[in-house]
Amino acid sequence: MSFMKQQSSPHAHSARLATSNNVMQQVLLATVPGIVALSWNFGPGTLINIVLCSLFCLSFEAAFLKLRGRNALFYIKDCSALVTAFLLGIALPAYAPWWLLVVGCFFAIVVAKQLYGGLGYNPFNPAMVAYVVLLISFPVEMTRWALDAGTLSSLSGVDAALPNLSQALQLVFTGHAPSLADGWTAATPLDVVKQSQGLTLDQLYQNQAIFNSAVFAGGGWEWVNIAFLLGGLYLLYKGVFTWHAPVAMLVSLLLLSALFYDGGSSASKGSPLFHLFSGATMFGAFFIVTDPVSSAVSTKGRLIYGACIGALVFVIRAWGNYPDAVAFAVLLMNFAAPFIDYYTLPRTYGHKKAQSGRVK
Amino acid sequence: MSEYKELSLNGLWKNNPALVQLLGLCPLLAVTGSVVNALGLGLATMAVLIGSNIAVSLIRNAVSDAIRLPAFVMIIASFTTGTELLMQAFTYELYQILGIFIPLIVTNCAILGRADAYASKNSLLPSAFDGLMMGLGFMLVLLAIGAIREVLGAGSLFANMDLLFGASASSWELQLFGANYKGFLVAVLPPGAFLVTGLLIAIKNGVDTYIEKRAAANKVLVKGSKRVRTTGNVA
Repeated sequence: MSFMKQQSSPHAHSARLATSNNVMQQVLLATVPGIVALSWNFGPGTLINIVLCSLFCLSFEAAFLKLRGRNALFYIKDCSALVTAFLLGIALPAYAPWWLLVVGCFFAIVVAKQLYGGLGYNPFNPAMVAYVVLLISFPVEMTRWALDAGTLSSLSGVDAALPNLSQALQLVFTGHAPSLADGWTAATPLDVVKQSQGLTLDQLYQNQAIFNSAVFAGGGWEWVNIAFLLGGLYLLYKGVFTWHAPVAMLVSLLLLSALFYDGGSSASKGSPLFHLFSGATMFGAFFIVTDPVSSAVSTKGRLIYGACIGALVFVIRAWGNYPDAVAFAVLLMNFAAPFIDYYTLPRTYGHKKAQSGRVK
Repeated sequence: MSEYKELSLNGLWKNNPALVQLLGLCPLLAVTGSVVNALGLGLATMAVLIGSNIAVSLIRNAVSDAIRLPAFVMIIASFTTGTELLMQAFTYELYQILGIFIPLIVTNCAILGRADAYASKNSLLPSAFDGLMMGLGFMLVLLAIGAIREVLGAGSLFANMDLLFGASASSWELQLFGANYKGFLVAVLPPGAFLVTGLLIAIKNGVDTYIEKRAAANKVLVKGSKRVRTTGNVA
């Protein structure tokens, strides 16, 4: 991949960010606000996900580095497996059963990363590969999302609460928690808007409990998205990635959702604000799309790459079978990233306008 | 006899149609969701391969080089149609499950490849044996992929074997992980076929590398110095 040499990210503007180890640690740090928001709104499930994923990912990483005859400790210390574990733990539904996490970590680390040659050689984002494999294989477990704390407290006369830590552990390891009242799971805001059943957006917002505590998007998820936005802005400020891909993704999502908003009729696909702050939008924009290995690397290429992901996210959310689409959109564009780079080769200084790789 | 040994080794391992030549991937990936499907299609392919190899070997001196490929394709198509009718008669349910992939045996490059590369240049018996071994090699790979995908995807092994072997075979089914197994759906879907096939190819290459290494390690070094020609080899 010779084009990687010209303009490879991360761009080391400051000496402190010169190693992948530092970059990975910054990314881990930047996920903290999002993890706090997830735990605040949905209970301890995400934390359990992250702890278990870290354990499994590091074990698989060490075992397969050993099998490949590499220095396991050296490669584990770059924290890339830990970042994959964090991203996967955040992406998976809280209170996912432990075996789901094992399968996910196996696909992320072994199939999507080590089989392709380890860090820097994976054409696909490992966490997203694992997410899609799990979503296709275990649709029941992968669509069991918890109801957020704000909505739960707004429901009067319903005996339901978020799982506490011991109930959460029971859920993860045995699949059911006897002391936990039913009704801690619900359709996510994206799901509710997708299955609008002919109601207008205003009617949905009035009738559906998930919007009881919503300020501008959907219960719980709006705060999670704001938290990931903050984490992403921190990474941008630190120069871990450039603004092109995430901004392009958010802008194209904004434009498309504005185009199909139509004022909130029964055919509306949801307001632009709703799409920007629901599901995995911000998490995807700042933590998945910016993956330096599997994304496009030229500046113009990053704009195209991000914009296409934003468009795909909206198209699948609006007309696809799944309520959210960041994982599918990212994987589809990972396929396209080498082609985007091929056609957006930057002009070398002192040479004529780039021929864009085309033979004239 | 050593020719037959060579043919067996080629068909089953060294030149395996599925793992080395990577021919006939379409049925390989499409119908290996379970053992019974794999076995059904493997047997059908093997029957066509043996039949076409025999026929091509018999006519090899009568057909001119210029029109040999159309002739081979006609022969293969007739054997495929015959096999299809037989399956329709005796294993109707399986015939319906395999559907389009039975007529598609015609397009399996492994069959035309063997007809052109071997049967058109060799006499009857070696050609028939080559067809048998190539078909067997293809079928064994189909079976391995089918077994792995069925175990991972459904948790069972040898389910619905009665489609092929009559009612008494319906009790052959094994439930490996108990009734609570959820099924790893990706294994039954097309990506699973690619993953399992890749895994098998990797295992085969790994075994080959291991054997080569062992052979290199066990090689007896000839004592005494040996002059090395640096200007090329003299034949």
